Amino acid sequence: MSNVLEIEHLSTHFHTEEGVVRAVDDVGLQVRQGEIVCIVGESGSGKSITAMSVMGLVEGPAGRVAGGRIAFDGIDLLKLGRNELRTIRGNEIAMIFQEPMTSLNPVLKIGEQLMEPLIEHRKMSKKAARKRAIELIGEVGISRAEQIADSYPHELSGGMLQRIMIAIAISCEPKLLIADEPTTALDVTIQAQILDMLRRFKEESGMSILLITHDLGVVAEMADYVVVMYAGKVVEEGEVVALFENPQHPYTKGLLKSKPIINQRQDELYSIPGQVPNPLELTPSCYFHDRCAYCMDICRTQQPVLKDAGNGQKVACWLNEEVTPV
Amino acid sequence: MTEAQALLEVNGLKKYFPIKSGLLSRTVGHVKAVDDISFSIKRGETFGLVGESGSGKSTVGRTILRLTDKTAGEVKFGGVDLYDLQPDELRRLRPKMQLIFQDPYSSLNPRVRIGDAIGEALLDHGLASPTEVRGRVLDVLNACGLSSYHFDRFPHEFSGGQRQRVGIARALVLNPDLIIADEPVSALDVSIQAQIINLFRGMQEKQGLTYLFISHDLSVVEHLCSHIGVMYLGTMMETGPRDELFRDPLHPYTKALLSAVPVPIPKLKRERIVLNGELPNPADPPPGCKFHTRCPFAVARCREEVPLFRDVGNDRKVACHLV
Repeated sequence: MSNVLEIEHLSTHFHTEEGVVRAVDDVGLQVRQGEIVCIVGESGSGKSITAMSVMGLVEGPAGRVAGGRIAFDGIDLLKLGRNELRTIRGNEIAMIFQEPMTSLNPVLKIGEQLMEPLIEHRKMSKKAARKRAIELIGEVGISRAEQIADSYPHELSGGMLQRIMIAIAISCEPKLLIADEPTTALDVTIQAQILDMLRRFKEESGMSILLITHDLGVVAEMADYVVVMYAGKVVEEGEVVALFENPQHPYTKGLLKSKPIINQRQDELYSIPGQVPNPLELTPSCYFHDRCAYCMDICRTQQPVLKDAGNGQKVACWLNEEVTPV
Repeated sequence: MTEAQALLEVNGLKKYFPIKSGLLSRTVGHVKAVDDISFSIKRGETFGLVGESGSGKSTVGRTILRLTDKTAGEVKFGGVDLYDLQPDELRRLRPKMQLIFQDPYSSLNPRVRIGDAIGEALLDHGLASPTEVRGRVLDVLNACGLSSYHFDRFPHEFSGGQRQRVGIARALVLNPDLIIADEPVSALDVSIQAQIINLFRGMQEKQGLTYLFISHDLSVVEHLCSHIGVMYLGTMMETGPRDELFRDPLHPYTKALLSAVPVPIPKLKRERIVLNGELPNPADPPPGCKFHTRCPFAVARCREEVPLFRDVGNDRKVACHLV
């Protein structure tokens, strides 16, 4: 299978008054055709900024992509001009966000917002676009499509709005859908509906999905391949089953152990001590070292790089380097 | 009062919010945010109140504490109906019932040092003299996993997890009997969430606290709570001891809710009950059983007749015609 998206050595920095924040620090990942790749991480891990960098949505002058390559279908997105990027964005790459309410224009009717990409990218006439818009509303499981097309965003619930966002995203049949915490603001029963729908669209159209989430349950349910981020770095990646059954990095292990699982009760939850480091105070080291139970001297002074750990997994940890024969 | 007696007893609690409309703001209807809810919590127990947004679970917590007035029903705390108390009597009882919010940051004054914010309530209620306050606050800070130097810090200097520790410290310093925690770990990252859940449990073991734990996250609730109540559109659908309720949920809504929670085990294939449609408008809830519009098992009777919330044995209650 070919790679739809290839990110290599991506670095995205934010220049603040206190110093430079390396929100994304030398990150690489691939998304193959028809595959769902999940980036999982906690707040401040850089998972959303990675997605924003792909979409060219990192806002200057404070933030900018400092280096690396983002290839979509072989084209380096970072080398494209504004107009060239516009022909791809919202067309071949679409994105949905956590807050559908803030992503939609509050003064435009739902139907008009659905028609916009169809007219812009598919060069449809207004009439044809409206017809297609109404079909799309039906496809994302909303009844009374005509009536909804003439409603404003505030008249719909959060779950319905997210369906509309998905309808807009898939309207131009994208090759890649980037979904940034698409169900985090929704109730579990609605989340189940939305995840089912995303999976179904993926099966039908063969599009790839880059799904960003903090919820390990969602990852287990959706992902083919998982990338774990911590403090702007990829610390571990691998096929979903291998990674969940045999996590290598102490952070991944801790994360999996600290999540309460339904019908599997423990007396005391495992918890990772301490908290995410201040991004302004990072020195060359493993960024997880002060929370890690296996911390060695080398972890405090040198940064481990992502290396093959067998089983299709890659891990950035000095413990791994010791055990693999050189 | 014996150990087995209920510390908190809620009977037929109702809270209706009027819907006003027109030039004269006439009341044209009501949102029945809490509609005839009954449950009780024994001393030292943790009762988990779960439900989706709009289920009325937060309103239950606020109505119990008289932060908003009830429409009907009774709330007994240690045998006393809180709604029978005069304002000064209620004020004296307040330290015994504390509330912890989802985001403690919004309930902290940004210009007041953390230590003073925690100690304030002690002074207000005359529970400590000004000379004792610092010592009491330092004790509770340490108990909540914070350090003495945090006393003089301001709220913005704390991370999300630390702020929740401050919220817990502020409630605990008054030495309460009952803590109502409204989504206290929902805004936290998994690794921090586990720390706070463990803190809640540890404090309960040490001080014999009673919790009403309000949350939408069933895996957290299962972990912390001994008894569970499931709400939907202002109505209690099912209550029961945790183990029985999780092993064998009776109400179709409880079943659907449990099956919808994503589990971090990739190979696990589960029978999922996917509910159709959306939560109905709470201002205009469906007749009969409120859940019938989304229930995969609904029959004609469900559309017409409101099911009674009835005892089904083993300390369990359920409101469903089919059980």
